[in-house]
Amino acid sequence: MAEKKDYLLSVQDLHTSFFTDSGEVHAVNGVSFNLDPGEILGIVGESGSGKSVTAYSIMQILESTGKIVGGKILYKGDDLTKWSAAKLDKFRGKCVSIIFQDPMTSLNPVFTIGNQLTEAITLHTNKKGQAAVDRAAELLTLVGINEPQRRLKQYPHELSGGMRQRVMIAMALACEPDILIADEPTTALDVTIQAQILELIQDLQKKLGMAVILVTHDLGVIAELCDNIIVMYGGRICERGTAREIFYNPRHEYTKGLLKSIPNVNNMKEKLVPIAGTPINILNLPKGCAFCARCENCMKICLTDVPEELNINENHKASCWMNVKEVFEGGTK
Amino acid sequence: MENKTPKKNPLSMQLNLSKFNSYMFEKATDEEKRQQDVMSESTTFFKDGMRKLMKNPLAVGSMIVLGLILIIIVFAPLFIPYRYEEILSVNGVRDKGAKNLRPFEYSKLEQQYIEAGGTRFPHIFGTDEQCRDYFIRVIYGTRVSLVVGFFASIIVLIIGMLYGSISGYLGGKVDMIMMRIVDIIYSLPDMLIIILLSVVLQTILKFQPGSLLDSLGTNMISLFIVFGMLYWVGMARLIRGQILSIKQNEYILAAKSIGAPTGMIIKRHILPNCISVIIISTALQIPSAIFTESYLSFVGLGVQAPMPSLGSLANAARGGLQNYPYKLLFPALMICLIVLSFNLLGDGLRDAFDPKLKK
Amino acid sequence: MSKAENKRPLVEVRNLKQYFPIKTGLFKTEMLKAVDDVSFYINEGETLGLVGESGCGKTTVGRTLLHLYEPTAGEILYDGEPVTEKNILSMRRKMQMVFQDPYSSLDPRMTVEDIIGEPLDVHKLYSTKAERREKILHLMELVGLNAEHATRYSHEFSGGQRQRIGIARALAVNPKFIVCDEPVSALDVSIQAQVINMFEELQEKLGVAYLFIAHDLLVVHHISDRIAVMYLGKIVETGTADDVNYNSIHPYTCSLMSAVPIPDPDFIRGRKRIVLEGDVPSPLHMPSGCPFRTRCQHACEKCAQEMPPLTDRGNGHMVACWVK
Repeated sequence: MAEKKDYLLSVQDLHTSFFTDSGEVHAVNGVSFNLDPGEILGIVGESGSGKSVTAYSIMQILESTGKIVGGKILYKGDDLTKWSAAKLDKFRGKCVSIIFQDPMTSLNPVFTIGNQLTEAITLHTNKKGQAAVDRAAELLTLVGINEPQRRLKQYPHELSGGMRQRVMIAMALACEPDILIADEPTTALDVTIQAQILELIQDLQKKLGMAVILVTHDLGVIAELCDNIIVMYGGRICERGTAREIFYNPRHEYTKGLLKSIPNVNNMKEKLVPIAGTPINILNLPKGCAFCARCENCMKICLTDVPEELNINENHKASCWMNVKEVFEGGTK
Repeated sequence: MENKTPKKNPLSMQLNLSKFNSYMFEKATDEEKRQQDVMSESTTFFKDGMRKLMKNPLAVGSMIVLGLILIIIVFAPLFIPYRYEEILSVNGVRDKGAKNLRPFEYSKLEQQYIEAGGTRFPHIFGTDEQCRDYFIRVIYGTRVSLVVGFFASIIVLIIGMLYGSISGYLGGKVDMIMMRIVDIIYSLPDMLIIILLSVVLQTILKFQPGSLLDSLGTNMISLFIVFGMLYWVGMARLIRGQILSIKQNEYILAAKSIGAPTGMIIKRHILPNCISVIIISTALQIPSAIFTESYLSFVGLGVQAPMPSLGSLANAARGGLQNYPYKLLFPALMICLIVLSFNLLGDGLRDAFDPKLKK
Repeated sequence: MSKAENKRPLVEVRNLKQYFPIKTGLFKTEMLKAVDDVSFYINEGETLGLVGESGCGKTTVGRTLLHLYEPTAGEILYDGEPVTEKNILSMRRKMQMVFQDPYSSLDPRMTVEDIIGEPLDVHKLYSTKAERREKILHLMELVGLNAEHATRYSHEFSGGQRQRIGIARALAVNPKFIVCDEPVSALDVSIQAQVINMFEELQEKLGVAYLFIAHDLLVVHHISDRIAVMYLGKIVETGTADDVNYNSIHPYTCSLMSAVPIPDPDFIRGRKRIVLEGDVPSPLHMPSGCPFRTRCQHACEKCAQEMPPLTDRGNGHMVACWVK
């Protein structure tokens, strides 16, 4: 508690809602986590789990209907939910950058790569004119693009998907942010290109020492890259811990189900065990645990009470009543 | 701490077990689980759209305004004792003093008549310079304008829909040629053609005296012809575009892979999916037709006197504008109300029904 | 394994070519070779996985099989009988398709009942309304849909349920062969398993054969008996699922396999990945010879001159490579 200042980013009990025609949609319900400098944090979950909304809340780039309705986001100890728009503009890009899933729609098709890169550089640093162009070329080299001078003069549609994602990463790195948020950075890409981009993110993280928040639905990507993992479902954190803890010692029924529902590399012909039911409808969240309707071990308490988070060990926290049941039954025996 | 649980579970020290009981950890029944996972209520596309439309205050407001106007123009002539071409008279004597009366004003002759115990219906909007009741003229003008707008839109819709769907569905060379024809029609000056046509038609067409067509006049006929010839191109383009985008959907491919014949695909999949766009653009076409009619009437190319239309009423009011400004105000206000309401309603329909705007 | 013994090819494709004319200039049209000389077969009740990156022509293969495109050249045989424009209507009672996008492949203006009933209407597979309804309800039950939902519209369902509707539609004509075009890639991980299991159960119950097109190698490996790997319109490697995965020979397959993100941190961090340089060349300007040579570490002179033929490396494991 006392060493709060040590965290690069600390999200505390974040609540984000969207106000739509059909009423208030609670997209994120009490998410808390901390990020250390140089850490790669993975947020995994399926559609509607609130993983992207969490990332957008940190960047404060929610759609107009979205609003942070509770909680704090501390950047180096300073709550940025209270910042002015001007201060946030400086913060975005300089301290935190984001790359999106679809590199085609995040680049402006009527400007050259060079134009867009130098604009990002002049906006956030004191480099102007030729210095900015040089810096742009340097960034392209950094993200592994050959012949940067020629590429700077090209338009986004002249580049392939993987190349565009590299340009997006270069743009995000323009001002050497402390935190890079990657929202499904490889989902739109093919397997071999995905491998290139993941390799790049890993390299850059080592080279520049920034922290990375990787938002994805792909457990394979998470397993490969992340130090720590947060599993989300229905706007809440189910479980968080180190990669090995989550994959080898899952303590939430959802994580367990998720791991069982993907083909086992060692025994391909083994039948998959799917999670029953349909994905959660966030318009209609249950009173208790968000996962209760699909959980095969669902108990009475799951229907009525939201599970509290418990420390499984120092590297692992989980919010599942099954863990409590275990203690309870151990205690009463 | 350590003697509480023999297993020495590290979780136990974080928990206050006293608040739990064993019932809580019983397995939930499937029934209980199912209650948590309810499917939202079934809605059809139409119901959902109507619900959204009814939530739009501007659209609801315009529907009310249009409804009121419709009620007035249908029922008012039934109990107003004047006709639109009738020159006012009292007891069979022509009332020469009933010229340019102000709203709710009576002429001298009428006042005498009322004093003598007769009842006289008030001139709500006053009278015009030919001693005709202005209110009934405005109502008939609105009738004419709405009917013209409505039928012109239907002509546009039918031609545009046929042309656009053929062009869009067949595609390829047929589409290319059909769309170049549209481009040519776009480049014709519509005003010039209306004037030419009405001049030509005036000499050719002879209607039975007293028939509806006769009282509307050749100008109106040429107006309809021009709408039918020139104004459908926008609708045709719109529907062609719509069909092209629907054709891209995988469900069309799925229908083909099932073996569904072309006619069935058009009837079952393509038409139902562009119906909302057709309704929306028709709703937006009506005010533009009313507008066209009004300005044609205003420049003297509209309906034949004595039949009024909102445009010709406004034109007639120009003369005494300084003395009787309200005579311009009433028809102009009516045009504004109708056009604005249709536009707002059209926008509301688009927001509610256009699938592209759905989340 | 009993499947493999049943050696009668149900669907056979011989030297299939599918070119599309692309306007590249005012009066210039070039041929985009989406599928270039592809041959394969699928046995009764078997699953052939077709993998490759976007733009490699795998979807085109699936669609050409059902004559949604008129093939430029080559033969498609169903049970020994060639599939042509003339007999396609009757062929579509034997071959069906499940589409990738569960959102755009169902008509938003139709109820579930009408969507599933459409193939029944087209092929007139019922005599009374009651029979139609009974068949539809049976199909819904088969794919695990609640019969109460028959009158609902497709937009009220989640992605997984929509995909079930699409599968029920394909099953309505009782086909022996279904082309599955990326049927699970648009679904959430937890739902993917449900749909994959359903595909497997339906195969056991009804004996249908699948051409399972996907880019997710883990899923394809799981569901397929045999796998064919495509690169730029050509099949570069084909064989049993285990052979292609564990003993891959073609350098492209090797890099593909090594790039699969496997959800096992210890395994994935320990493995050596072959990261391919560069991007897939445009199919309009295909490299000469072997299409993969521009990205291949082992490419030699011969690769630039001639396309290597598929040669048997034992147990029906066919590879098209000069070097390996």
